Amino acid sequence: MQINKLQVEAIKSGSVIDHIPAHIGFKLLSLFRFTETEKRITIGLNLPSQKLGKKDIIKIENTFLSDDQINQLAVYAPCATVNYIEEYNLVGKTFPSLPKKIDRILICPNSNCASHNHFITSSFIFTKDINNEINLKCQYCEKEFAKNIVL
Amino acid sequence: MRNSLYKKNIISINDLNRNELELVLKKSAFLKEKAQPNLLKNKIIASCFFEASTRTRLSFETAVHRLGASIIGFSDGENISLGKKGETLADTISVISSYVDAIVIRHPQEGSARLAANFSNGIPIFNAGDGANQHPTQTLLDLFTIKETQTKLSNLNIAMVGDLKYGRTVHSLTQALAKYKNNQFFFISPDALTMPNYINDMLYKKEIYWKRYKNIEEIISEIDILYMTRVQKERLDSTEYANAKSKFVLQTSTLKNARNNLKILHPLPRIDEIDHDVDYTPYAWYFKQAANGIYARQAILSLVLIEKHF
Repeated sequence: MQINKLQVEAIKSGSVIDHIPAHIGFKLLSLFRFTETEKRITIGLNLPSQKLGKKDIIKIENTFLSDDQINQLAVYAPCATVNYIEEYNLVGKTFPSLPKKIDRILICPNSNCASHNHFITSSFIFTKDINNEINLKCQYCEKEFAKNIVL
Repeated sequence: MRNSLYKKNIISINDLNRNELELVLKKSAFLKEKAQPNLLKNKIIASCFFEASTRTRLSFETAVHRLGASIIGFSDGENISLGKKGETLADTISVISSYVDAIVIRHPQEGSARLAANFSNGIPIFNAGDGANQHPTQTLLDLFTIKETQTKLSNLNIAMVGDLKYGRTVHSLTQALAKYKNNQFFFISPDALTMPNYINDMLYKKEIYWKRYKNIEEIISEIDILYMTRVQKERLDSTEYANAKSKFVLQTSTLKNARNNLKILHPLPRIDEIDHDVDYTPYAWYFKQAANGIYARQAILSLVLIEKHF
């Protein structure tokens, strides 16, 4: 018997980021600076998930994420879905796809990269190596790093 | 030929496509043949060297003078008020861009030239070396010299020797020569200083032949260009360095089976990786290569600052 009980309180209007891999929810909150808003945010951690086993979920009231923000989520949460809610009803659903570049969020591992010391935001583009593994290339120092080194 | 370099920032050799490389090479040859002392008359160029690099600075400044432009600037970031007062690079570039028509920048941090371009208000930036990253005009003068000596930039066998891990000149030159057909690369370095994977991957993706060799003798009879670089003592432990010295120092005896058209290049400064006796062989071309830097820099400066050419 399936119990149709919400694990995290419903929101009247806003965005729900669902199917975030467990333990990634907090990371997304800080990296994407969701906590810097005055909007009400509710989060659920380690919730049961048919798809992932365990998942995190973030609900942000009265905020609708841009396509760019949604796609950047794909770096950390490739299976995430973003639901748009109005008057407690689901009015839209999108799936992040890996963007061509990711700005602002990551920090270049090269300690001598100019992006560390000045009033600029980091910028990486995605590349693939010969084994089809995803790498990230810093737009400033032009160094390429394996995804796990940067994230 | 359309000048797509007009008003463009010259930050990385990767930003220039094959047509743009050809344009620079053609212009370099033209300026070497026929000086154009008034080409940039009334233009003012800033030469901002936040770290010392005497050779590159003098080469750029000579190029500017030969084109009839004026130059302002500084030669060492340590001794300027901008550095001492703690002003950011962004603010410094923003201010200088309101004084001049173009800015040549040398800076120890990687990515600083691209950062500068973000704050130059449309004034073109020329990267004269940003840390271990890019030095595009060095690559342009290398290409110009190779084309001048071999009459082509394709179907060449190029050996690169020395510090291939940290040497930005060999990375950029490999990337540039990979834009041309049927070039083959022979990499010779200590195990600790091999070519980085991203360069090897790039060659693999483009289906370009490359191979590592243990010493120069193995391939001397097959190559057209021998590009020597300095192995820095501090990069290796003492045993490795002693080993590297014996294998990677070029002597006249190493050249006995060389092709007639072989040319030896080096970005300079040379320390002890090329024996001085080699200077007197017909293969030694590194000083002529350095001299070509003037023409390559004249070419790129004039192409960026003037729309119509030829």
